[in-house]
Amino acid sequence: MDLEAIVQRSEALFRDQDLSAVKEWKSRTGGKVIGFMPVYVPRELIHAAGALPVGVMGAGEHAEIIRGDAYFQSYICRIPRSTIELGVSGKLDVLDGFLFPAICDVIRNLSGMWKILFPQKYARYVDLPQDFGAAGRAFYRRELEGMAEDFTRLTGKAVTAEALRRSIKVYNENRRAIARLYDLRSEAPHLVPTWELYLILRAANVLEVTEHTKLVEAYAQAARQSKRPERDYVRVVVSGAFCEQPPLGLIRALESSGCYIVDDDWVLGARYLVEDVIEDGDPFDALIDAYATKTVSTASRYESTALKGKFLVEQVRSRRAEGVVFAAPSFCDPALLERPMLQAVLSEQGIPHTGFKYAENTGQIQSIKEETGTFADSIKLWGTA
Amino acid sequence: MSTTTTADVEKEPSMILQKQMIGDHFHELARAKELGKKVVYTFVPGNLNELIWAFDMLPVHPEINALQSGMRKKSGAYIQEAEKAGHSEDVCTYVKCDLGMMKKGNIGPTGERLPAPDLLLLSYTGCFTFMKWFELLQREYGCPVAMLHVPYQGDGEITPAMKQYVVDQLRDSVIPLMEQVSGKKLDLERLKGFLGSSSRAEDDLCAIWDSAKHKPSPIDSYFGGVYYIGPIFSAFRGLPQAEEYYKSLRAEVDARVAAKRGPTTPDGELKDQKFRLVVEGPPNWTSFRDFWKMFYGEGAVVVASTYTKVGGLYDRGFRHDPANPLETMAEYCLGCYTNRNLPTRVDLIEKYIEEFAADGFVVNSIKSCNSFSAGQLLMLRELEKRTGRPGAFIESDLVDPRYFSGANIKNRLDSYFQMIDAKRASSPT
Repeated sequence: MDLEAIVQRSEALFRDQDLSAVKEWKSRTGGKVIGFMPVYVPRELIHAAGALPVGVMGAGEHAEIIRGDAYFQSYICRIPRSTIELGVSGKLDVLDGFLFPAICDVIRNLSGMWKILFPQKYARYVDLPQDFGAAGRAFYRRELEGMAEDFTRLTGKAVTAEALRRSIKVYNENRRAIARLYDLRSEAPHLVPTWELYLILRAANVLEVTEHTKLVEAYAQAARQSKRPERDYVRVVVSGAFCEQPPLGLIRALESSGCYIVDDDWVLGARYLVEDVIEDGDPFDALIDAYATKTVSTASRYESTALKGKFLVEQVRSRRAEGVVFAAPSFCDPALLERPMLQAVLSEQGIPHTGFKYAENTGQIQSIKEETGTFADSIKLWGTA
Repeated sequence: MSTTTTADVEKEPSMILQKQMIGDHFHELARAKELGKKVVYTFVPGNLNELIWAFDMLPVHPEINALQSGMRKKSGAYIQEAEKAGHSEDVCTYVKCDLGMMKKGNIGPTGERLPAPDLLLLSYTGCFTFMKWFELLQREYGCPVAMLHVPYQGDGEITPAMKQYVVDQLRDSVIPLMEQVSGKKLDLERLKGFLGSSSRAEDDLCAIWDSAKHKPSPIDSYFGGVYYIGPIFSAFRGLPQAEEYYKSLRAEVDARVAAKRGPTTPDGELKDQKFRLVVEGPPNWTSFRDFWKMFYGEGAVVVASTYTKVGGLYDRGFRHDPANPLETMAEYCLGCYTNRNLPTRVDLIEKYIEEFAADGFVVNSIKSCNSFSAGQLLMLRELEKRTGRPGAFIESDLVDPRYFSGANIKNRLDSYFQMIDAKRASSPT
């Protein structure tokens, strides 16, 4: 498939709120489908039960919210209201279950709302431990075992150690393919526009993992061979967009304002683990170890001052970025409370930064574009913002 | 029991006693360094007061400082100070008020400077923001953090794994760090003594909540209730002073029941109780008295509330159990109101409406507090559907005076009271 066809297919998947690809998978395989909210759930467990994990990241910029607004006050972010909209309008009927991982109080409470609104459907709050030592590991094992029992009940297929090891292997392959694509973008950002990479990444939400890995590899190969002009853009890392996603138009505007995005944290669940999960031995132990020690740093994980900002600074250094753009959804407590701490670390390190807020349906793209354009210009002119 | 008029506000003896207790505590805090006492900042929900006292350390609760700042009309300036320093207007105003207060010298409610913490005891119970709050404070103070992750009751129950997780953290990381900071080994017998005292105070508090089943209700379980929870939710649970306070308060309430008297409001006794209500959500603190008057001025008394359960649902049977110190502290943390899932919260309010024979319920939705607020509109619908009783939905904030629109709230409440009246008039007797 050529580059254009790959991007078109990914964009079609991205815009398809009816989840046709998921329905097609379901009718072809007869398998069950389990949705999950951002940021991280161990998709390997779902896969090992023969089910399809499906990422739900709200309804994006094009959905008209008719009933969802009636469930949330104006000062609550948009992703829960558009997710409710999808639910009450029947667009998530294809899901046989829905996971709500620990990220913030809004998604946490959404898990209870789901139980009230859709009592016939399986819904589970996934409590990810904030203690990364022995106590947290023991608790997380029980969480994983509990989920495995639930998925077994739901699918009729036991989550065996062997099946889980196989799933770990295919997800490792997927993460490696995505990591290679991110490396390629950082090496030659003009060949991998972020809006395209974003669409490829979003396809991970709806495609079976091995199919997605092939898509990522095909895109990377086609992008590498593409002929695209290199521009005089500054290299930036985007931080804070790990849950509610910015509209695609905003990502394009960031790039066209003069920024090569060389790292980011959107669709973070697909990149949450930064190293391979161990493929032999006890697979539960392997998933626990990966969660406790091999992840990105993000606002929903507890972090002491000694570690705060180190991951971001390392991202900036390793990607040779010249600045950081903080992009957080309005009313997002994790991202907005985290931001001043990260900004302080960046300032101490002499790394320029700017920031803005958005919603998944933001229409004020021009003003954000002007802001990031000015940021890029100031770095080019003076090396600082 | 006699009431006292202080600066044209009616006060019960228990209120005066509480004021004295709080004053003494802040005075001791101001002298903590010279007394050689270590200071622990910690949050109200899931607080481990007994454990702090067992190490002879002094607790500070930043939410209480923030609400005190709100009541003293200082929070607006503190919040703006934090926003000037780069904090978003979107996030929790308790956090910003606390940070702003710190930037302005950390002066507590008695006008004395609060000491910097020696330890941040992050009991992460029922509120995600707590975690970020103490990350922010750690950056400012540079002291150690004892992280206690309290899992959420996602399925509406406390599982053995949850309890074990909290116990493991207490035993393996929280207590060792407290021993290190305090320089003392934990004396388990002493801890048991504090837990036993807590349990006795909890008994009295439950009798006080239960008294609202009387008609007229001798207490207001929300506006009065926030005073009643003061000692047990803050520094005093586990101490003889708290036991004394709750004995005294219970005697006052019993006397009002015997005399068929209503609760004391700032304008005196609430005599004509026209509406019995249940309230969900925290109050607004910046205009607390005006807000209260919108209720008692119309003859509305709150007979049960959820905010007064953020520091423990004793009325549902929980008591600190000195025989099992770590397990009982774990169970306490796990059981706090905002650590319960939404269906369980709806169930609880439904029971309150029925048990306390309420005419309806009011949701005060707080902009700052997603832990409470996200999902409240669905709770409103569910409760109306289940109970047939009308609900009102109003919006305000904890301590940001910019988000208290008195006229709007009063209009909405007045309409609500008229609606209850109309409903009564149309109901067959």
